Amino acid sequence: MKTFASLVHALDSTNKTNQKMEAIHHFLEVAEDKDKLWFLALFSGRRPKRGVSTTLLREWVKEITSIPDWLFQESYASVGDLGETISLLLPPPIGYMDFSLAEWMDKIHNLSRYDESQKKQFILQVWANLPHQERFIFNKLLGGSFRLGVSTKGLINAISSYYNLEASAVSHSIMGEWTVENSSFEELIHGQYVDSNLSKPYPFCLAYPIEGVEQTLIDLKDWQIEYKWDGIRGQVIKRNQEVFIWSRGEELVTDQFPEIVEEIKNWEGDFVLDGEILAIADGEILNFTALQKRLNRKVISKKLLEEVPIGLYLYDILEITHQDVRQESMQARRALLEGLLADKPLINIKISPLIQVDSLESLKSVREQARDINSEGLMLKHTNSVYHVGRKKGDWWKWKIDPLTIDAVLIYAQKGSGRRSSHYTDYTFAVRDGDNLVTIAKAYSGLTDKEIQEVSRFVNKNAVEKFGPVRTVKPELVFEIAFEGIGWSTRHKAGVALRFPRILRWRKDKTVAEIDNLESVKKLIH
Amino acid sequence: MRLIQFRPEGIYCVPGQFFIDPWQPVDMALITHGHADHARWGMKRYLCHHFTVPILKSRIGPDIQVQGIGYGEAITINGVQVSFHPAGHIIGSAQIRLAYKGKVTVISGDYKLQEDGLSTPFEPIKCHEYVSESTFGLPIYQWNTVEKQNEEMANWVQHNQSYKKTSVFVGYSLGKAQRVMKAVEGIAPLYVHYSIHKLNQAYESLGIQLPKYEVLDFREDVKHVNQGIVVVPPALVDSNVIRKIPNMAYAICSGWMTVRGARRWRSADAGFAISDHADWNDLLTAIKSTGAEKVYVTHGQTAVFAKYLNEIGIDAQEVKTEFGEEEDEAPTTKLEGSVL
Ligand SMILES: [Zn+2]
Ligand SMILES: [Zn+2]
Repeated sequence: MKTFASLVHALDSTNKTNQKMEAIHHFLEVAEDKDKLWFLALFSGRRPKRGVSTTLLREWVKEITSIPDWLFQESYASVGDLGETISLLLPPPIGYMDFSLAEWMDKIHNLSRYDESQKKQFILQVWANLPHQERFIFNKLLGGSFRLGVSTKGLINAISSYYNLEASAVSHSIMGEWTVENSSFEELIHGQYVDSNLSKPYPFCLAYPIEGVEQTLIDLKDWQIEYKWDGIRGQVIKRNQEVFIWSRGEELVTDQFPEIVEEIKNWEGDFVLDGEILAIADGEILNFTALQKRLNRKVISKKLLEEVPIGLYLYDILEITHQDVRQESMQARRALLEGLLADKPLINIKISPLIQVDSLESLKSVREQARDINSEGLMLKHTNSVYHVGRKKGDWWKWKIDPLTIDAVLIYAQKGSGRRSSHYTDYTFAVRDGDNLVTIAKAYSGLTDKEIQEVSRFVNKNAVEKFGPVRTVKPELVFEIAFEGIGWSTRHKAGVALRFPRILRWRKDKTVAEIDNLESVKKLIH
Repeated sequence: MRLIQFRPEGIYCVPGQFFIDPWQPVDMALITHGHADHARWGMKRYLCHHFTVPILKSRIGPDIQVQGIGYGEAITINGVQVSFHPAGHIIGSAQIRLAYKGKVTVISGDYKLQEDGLSTPFEPIKCHEYVSESTFGLPIYQWNTVEKQNEEMANWVQHNQSYKKTSVFVGYSLGKAQRVMKAVEGIAPLYVHYSIHKLNQAYESLGIQLPKYEVLDFREDVKHVNQGIVVVPPALVDSNVIRKIPNMAYAICSGWMTVRGARRWRSADAGFAISDHADWNDLLTAIKSTGAEKVYVTHGQTAVFAKYLNEIGIDAQEVKTEFGEEEDEAPTTKLEGSVL
């Protein structure tokens, strides 16, 4: 595993794209075919089933090191990564087990056939025979995600430049359901399995936040303007009678939305569509908290199907009758999409309506009222734009509505993970509820490094209580919290849940007496 | 009567009427070692180990009133018997032993058990009360052996050379820098920043031989250091000065580099977990070897470490101090600006 370990280490210890690229190229040069496949699989989120629970791993490491549970927790809170914490706590190795990445993956795969004592014997033996860096990687391989130091996009760029291929072709080739056992690395990235796989999606085309509205929207006629919907971006594929739905996270979510599948199945022809999956009741789009109830469920009850019906708003068409139409203009694709839908009895599926305005002023007022229909703002697509791979500046813009904001006070703080593991970066905020404070949101981002240090010092000096890694602090620091939406919630004590809360700014000018109260926060829900 | 008290000015010896490593100006200060958080400006009189004298003069000012003392040498101050014993932290670092009417208290200052070849090795002292630091008082901190550390640094330099890169080590100018210099001696030409050179002179005035090096003047062109080794203090990280070094790869040498997150936070090309503080196991070893019935835990992981000591049957108490501003003790300090 040395080759793989040094790749991980190299990716981990630089921020520079070209150095990461160099490291990947080096790996591609020296690694075995199966190891490359595993590398690709792991770094693109295709992880094998977890063969041993984290609870057991924790138990075993505590047993070996004889440290109490609270001390394990403190260590974990300080490191921020379970696999790394375990590796650091263990005593130095007494030997070395030399296997390739693929051989390790086989061994890990076999774990699921073992009983608990066999698992324990194996894991303890490995822990005693790997140096820290490899032990850490082994722990990561045992389960959990493995995205260390490189994004999927960075990975694809490195592979495509090494093999002299188009990045879009590579990302197309490696999407979908391939397995290490049945593939060869070279064949895979050269797209040998693409045609045989009906479910292959296209990479999504994404938009940048708009910068200068006036400078960009010079002639409104050049722009196709739609609402930006706040649901799950999805790609719906129908090829040879089969329907697949991909989420933007490159996950197959077909089974989660039977309403859409049923409706699409009845449509004639083959096509690939881009749209937004939304919760829609009686023609009205519900807010995201409603949609959330439908996500990631193994079984969807009849009751839930009735309570939160799913619909799809279509934005675009990428393929029709096995022909890739992404290079057609937006205008032409819109016409194709309208043509496809013309004779369909649209039930849960609709085309995302276009916004027709004659001036920027009226467009601005449309945007300002977007929240009333649970939209996040506007999408501006140039009528000549092709359907790009990923994000490209200039053709597609998102123009979101300004976030909602409240002033809240910091009441709990917890140390961050990863690169911020030595600072308090995870905060919980409260608003006033009568004479009490009630938790309203958690937020992780929005402060500068300097502010984080300042807050950390405050937390160290003003911690009034400790529960494991969490510090209760004197309610004194006031922050302006921005969020994208708000809905009722039975899971939160405050009775409301904020969507995408983040720290907008530290209000050093405000005292805790000036924070918002829960009643005024609730009024923001409609 | 209590032998020591924790006062707003610092640790106070009640019958002796003096302070140990105070952080506010007082009449009489006993100094464990020359780091800035332990040896501060403004004391009427200083008492420290002989080796710390030139460091204090170089740091605080040549005209301070300072008296030197050897390891193990005893003097009496207001009836309290005082002696300094090796702490192994940096050159001249001492644990201060106070004995009064049959009761013995030892204030450790900062210490480590690993031998770095430069500071006099740590010596355990039996006592009733022990004041211990706890900078790395979490079990995740376990240092590699010095040989392994040196080997890793040497490998890194050679790796950089094969890519035609200059190896820049970032380490605290007093203690860490000299350790790094020794570790990479003879592999490539060695250059150091002026602030390190100043302290090297203090070392050399005490007869300690350091590897041959050249002082790097960042006001001049520094292209000639290409593929060599440069040692700079942490204040230079992120400064324009350091960017003048051609084809640079830089490594931070600090105990905090144990954790991936800390390495990434500082966005260094490499991090070496090398520390002048005791790791978890050595803290426990040191404390047990004193036989102390009461342990006061100062700067670092005070709460966690004190709790653990109590659980294993050692009466321990957390004490708030103003120690811990030096580089290795303050992972949170992102140093700004440049020091030329
Ligand atoms: Zn020190
Ligand atoms: Zn210190």
